[in-house]
Amino acid sequence: MRRLRGVNSGSWLTNVSAVLSRLPSTFIRSWSPESDLSRQLFPEAENGNGKLKLENGSRIGVIGSGPAGSFFSHFLLDMTRRFGVDVGLDLYDPRDFAVIGPTGCNMCGGIISESLVQMLAAEGINLPTTVVQRGIDSYMLHTDMGSVRIDTPLHEKRIAAIHRGTGPRDIDAKDIKWFSFDRFLQELAVDKGARLVRDRVDTISWQDGRPRIKTRRGLEQDYDLLAVAVGVNSPSLKLFQDAIPQYQAPQSTKTFICEYKLGPETLEKYLGDSMHVFLLNLPRLEFAAIIPKGEYATLCLLGEDIDKPLIKSFLESPLVRKCLPPEVPPEPPPCHCSPRINTYGAVQPFGDRVVFIGDSGVTRLFKDGIGAAYRTAKAAAETAVFAGISREDFRAHYWPKCREIDVDNKIGKAIFALTRIWQKRPHDLRGIVLMVAKEQADKKRAPHMSMVLWDLFTGSATYREILWRALHPGFLSRLVWNVIVGHVSLIRGKLP
Amino acid sequence: METGALGKVYQDGEIIVRQGEVGNAMYVIQAGKAEVVEEVNGKSVPLAVLGENDFFGEMALFENQVRSATVRALGAVRVLTVDKKTLLRRIQQDPTLAFRMLEHLCRRVRKLDTELGRIKTAQ
Repeated sequence: MRRLRGVNSGSWLTNVSAVLSRLPSTFIRSWSPESDLSRQLFPEAENGNGKLKLENGSRIGVIGSGPAGSFFSHFLLDMTRRFGVDVGLDLYDPRDFAVIGPTGCNMCGGIISESLVQMLAAEGINLPTTVVQRGIDSYMLHTDMGSVRIDTPLHEKRIAAIHRGTGPRDIDAKDIKWFSFDRFLQELAVDKGARLVRDRVDTISWQDGRPRIKTRRGLEQDYDLLAVAVGVNSPSLKLFQDAIPQYQAPQSTKTFICEYKLGPETLEKYLGDSMHVFLLNLPRLEFAAIIPKGEYATLCLLGEDIDKPLIKSFLESPLVRKCLPPEVPPEPPPCHCSPRINTYGAVQPFGDRVVFIGDSGVTRLFKDGIGAAYRTAKAAAETAVFAGISREDFRAHYWPKCREIDVDNKIGKAIFALTRIWQKRPHDLRGIVLMVAKEQADKKRAPHMSMVLWDLFTGSATYREILWRALHPGFLSRLVWNVIVGHVSLIRGKLP
Repeated sequence: METGALGKVYQDGEIIVRQGEVGNAMYVIQAGKAEVVEEVNGKSVPLAVLGENDFFGEMALFENQVRSATVRALGAVRVLTVDKKTLLRRIQQDPTLAFRMLEHLCRRVRKLDTELGRIKTAQ
């Protein structure tokens, strides 16, 4: 058998009706083929088209081999092997991540959060030094009212700075010392048995209820399940919007990323092993960071439609100039891009035999996009292997994980709105800087503010957890006290 | 330490976890080797040598007991700490995360069975 099993539920329902006619009326009132009770009693009948499941010989197509596509392939093949189901999986991507420059790049800041590094280690996926360009052990927070360093809670390097591709467009081939992170993940998937197809999918249609894809080179293939992991920057997303009417792509906004070639010594001198985060009072700028890597420093600007005047204002800021050598001009370097990132998740990122993962579905706001790709890819793989591949299966098991991220993003939006208010109030901002400086200087103090900012910038915790931590009475009382001290010191013209 | 090295480096002989201490983390070896020893009547009994990708300290995550053995660096070893709270919270959300740990524990039980069988046969 090389096909999915489609069990017709009609005969079940006929028998059920006969049994129900002998049951008490209260029970009958709670019964309907669509009710929760019927789903619990007869899971095989929960889909009107019959239960759709993966079984021996099923074929799975994965479109896009960025983190979401590769994680999905890796985990689905791992779980089907454990489950004793033998499936075939084709991973489509026209890009070769071994190619230098934009062709082999996935346009990203390239930070793997502390929590994801730990989860991958627990999964048996240890990031090698040939992929991680720099281990990050601290954050430098730069504000208009001063700068302060926040060390990792365990004084251990648990944040990874990577390049998604092989390297920026101006890298010399002889300087390539690190592999692409996306290529590393792609190889993990291939090691598990995925078949990598270097071709672009440019047509999607339906054949007898199954998705059929056609590639640019003319390959035509039907699948039992299609996982879509094309991100929000790919023109392929339009294909799926047309082929799957209930799906609405995520809303997104433009960002700015560029790569400064500084060399290892200069990077060590100006940035060290710290990620430099900027909370500056610039309109439309939510967050900015400079991330040291092996030979390069990556600059990321996040906010509402980042444009040239905003980039110029940021690069000319004295605080930013201090983090870069004087010979670096205040203008974008040759390797720069303006990729889009999600601001709102997709609507119904699933259907019968199709699921959207990573950025094409739902991702975390501003932070930990690779972590969200891992979570959504794994949730989709678990649903497909352990529950089924119908729309109802994805709604019941996959969608709650996406919704959790979506709801958390709403809290994140409120936190970033609050941060912007603080950015415009220098006296209050001074209080925050003071509080962090005191916590970092005296390790016996509870690091309330340091932890809130650490988690906010690193993406290590959910926005919900950050909010709860910020509502702690100890946090609030110390914050109020430090804000008062900040105000008094500024009025007196003395900075403590 | 290379710029891309994650975790923390322990030098030869340095103790990473100590028998009898309360543990709140598990460790994954990124590079190098570590030795597991049990202190019995003041003597160190070597139990195992762990290498790259092996993990230890996971028993403290699942039972509220002190560390059952000491683990120390055998040469320079680089180790990544996995927080108990972070891991347990994620396992609650995604139970399949525990698959690999269960696999590891099964392997350990199997090894102990073989060892026990060998001892009993010798007796």
